[in-house]
Amino acid sequence: MSINKKANLVENILELEKLEQVPIRNGYGEGLVEAGEKYPSVVALCADLTESTRTEAFAKKFPDRFVQMGVAEQNLASVASGMAAMGKIPYISSYAMFSPGRNWEQIRTTICYNERHVIIAGAHAGISVGPDGATHQAIEDIAITRVIANMTVIAPSDVHEAHKATFAAASLGGPVYIRFAREKTPVYTTPDTPFEIGRAEIFWEGKDPKVALVACGPSVHNALLAAKKLSEEGIGVVIINNHTIKPMDEKTIIDVAKKTGALVTIEEHQINGGMGSAVAEVITRNIPVPIEFVGVQNRFGESGTPIELVEKLGMGVDSIVQAAKKVIQRK
Amino acid sequence: MHLHDDKIKELEETANKIRESLIDELVEAGSGHSAGPLGMADIFTLLYFHTLKHDPKNPDWEDRDRLVLSNGHICPIQYAAMAHAGYFPVEELKTLRKFGTRLQGHPHRTSLPGIETTSGPLGSGLSQAVGMAIASRMDGKKNFIYCLMSDGEHDAGQTWEAVMLAGREKLWNLIGIIDRNNIQIDGMTEDIMPLEPFRAKYGAFGWHVIDANGHDFMNMHMAIEQAQVVQEKPTVIIAHTIPGKGVAYMERDYLWHGKPPTKPEEIKQALHDLRTLGGRIQSEHQ
Ligand SMILES: Cc1ncc(C[n+]2csc(CCOP(=O)(O)OP(=O)(O)O)c2C)c(N)n1
Ligand SMILES: [Mg+2]
Repeated sequence: MSINKKANLVENILELEKLEQVPIRNGYGEGLVEAGEKYPSVVALCADLTESTRTEAFAKKFPDRFVQMGVAEQNLASVASGMAAMGKIPYISSYAMFSPGRNWEQIRTTICYNERHVIIAGAHAGISVGPDGATHQAIEDIAITRVIANMTVIAPSDVHEAHKATFAAASLGGPVYIRFAREKTPVYTTPDTPFEIGRAEIFWEGKDPKVALVACGPSVHNALLAAKKLSEEGIGVVIINNHTIKPMDEKTIIDVAKKTGALVTIEEHQINGGMGSAVAEVITRNIPVPIEFVGVQNRFGESGTPIELVEKLGMGVDSIVQAAKKVIQRK
Repeated sequence: MHLHDDKIKELEETANKIRESLIDELVEAGSGHSAGPLGMADIFTLLYFHTLKHDPKNPDWEDRDRLVLSNGHICPIQYAAMAHAGYFPVEELKTLRKFGTRLQGHPHRTSLPGIETTSGPLGSGLSQAVGMAIASRMDGKKNFIYCLMSDGEHDAGQTWEAVMLAGREKLWNLIGIIDRNNIQIDGMTEDIMPLEPFRAKYGAFGWHVIDANGHDFMNMHMAIEQAQVVQEKPTVIIAHTIPGKGVAYMERDYLWHGKPPTKPEEIKQALHDLRTLGGRIQSEHQ
């Protein structure tokens, strides 16, 4: 197997049945409590979704540092900006569709343009909110946040990474957007897996690689499953966990493009403007190689189970394998 | 239109059938909201089986009344009422929230004829209803625009932007109906974000305000009739409802009637029961 040992991933990483499954959003709850313990200025605000965004543990532990906003996401963003102005480090949570969806301009002007250190936690991002349907499936959030100047954008790929990202954001300084999935997904990294905001991690390095799979969020594990299939067919692969979409780790992306000559990007997001587009911006400027984009193809989601939707919307393991073969042919 | 005693009896029976369908629907789907929909069963029955000028066989009829559901998460009750009213086969309710269904987890206009607008994200329904009412009045139409809202979505600024505009425009053809069940996700509305004095707030923005019992057909009917004849003002009916109404173990009369639960743990447990149909489905917000 070609798993990068230095990544300290769990054993049996490719055996889905053996992997523990936990919602990525749980990592937000854990990371927020840890940040709260370390930094007295950390405060949390939530818009009537305290349990499902996992803000609850912080609210219980630090009731005096928690502000309930009610169903009012625009107010949520700007109140946080005001608190940041007074030296607090606000973490604000709702569903990604509503924050940064509904309150985008408030985030842009009152948080980002103001250069305020506010952490925006978007829960239920991607299509993982399944049966709720398209109104609640945030598949545009990476695009609308990464386009704002000053913003850092992170899409953790499992619960441990979410925990680390949430905690690390407390000492970052500027505005940060972190997206979290709702559904349980495989826990495949460990507390010892290296994580640094702005540094992509190589999780898999096949022999004589012909293609690099660059993924973020729960799609990283699907990319690993696809890599297994591809290597069984004799196709060497490199896998990048590109959790920080902005600022992107350009060096790692360029290096891997040099090495493989072809990329596939994978994300639970519209391909327009998402992580893949951000990778393409780096690649076209530096080392133009063919890229295929796996993600939602300019349509809305719909009701269904998350697994069903990942498959039907063309983001499943087989779609990744096909995209890899196609991009190799285009070389 | 007058409401006879016989008709009231018929409506009560229909509402019971609709509640049964609703529970089947939610259990089959395995997830979704339960408290809000059950509490609104009587009002949806009254609307679809007595009040609305509509034609289930011709949902695009131009002169129909419009029913805008702003709090889209209670759509399972709208679907059940629509099915029983003849918009689509009752059987189809089983497809709720499943892949390929017309009955999306939150209502989607282009999926299902008869749904006037896509909703789910709270706080934007009244604005759309105001737009419909203004346009309808421009064209000299005599139909009514009904907008169903939750109490929780009155936390949202946009709701009040629309309230102000409707007042300024004196939209006699707009009738708001609020599901005043006193709950939202994180607890009781008056603990999370106090709305009272609710009446006075609407009144101050130029609305005619009526309080009604959302489970009393005659009372609700009379409120709507009054709303229809009010000139020069939009009307809002604050419909007092009991979350989970009609299902004995969920209704918890002692909890929701007049005296809502007060201890945090009691509130939490009661809300959890309501949202999971007593453990039979997964709550959307777990
Ligand atoms: C803009 C927006 N923010 C958050 C949510 C998530 N959400 C769904 S229902 C709800 C509040 C529930 O309270 P209420 O609207 O009174 O509905 P009830 O539970 O009484 O049916 C929230 C916050 C949403 N649907 N839309
Ligand atoms: Mg309510």
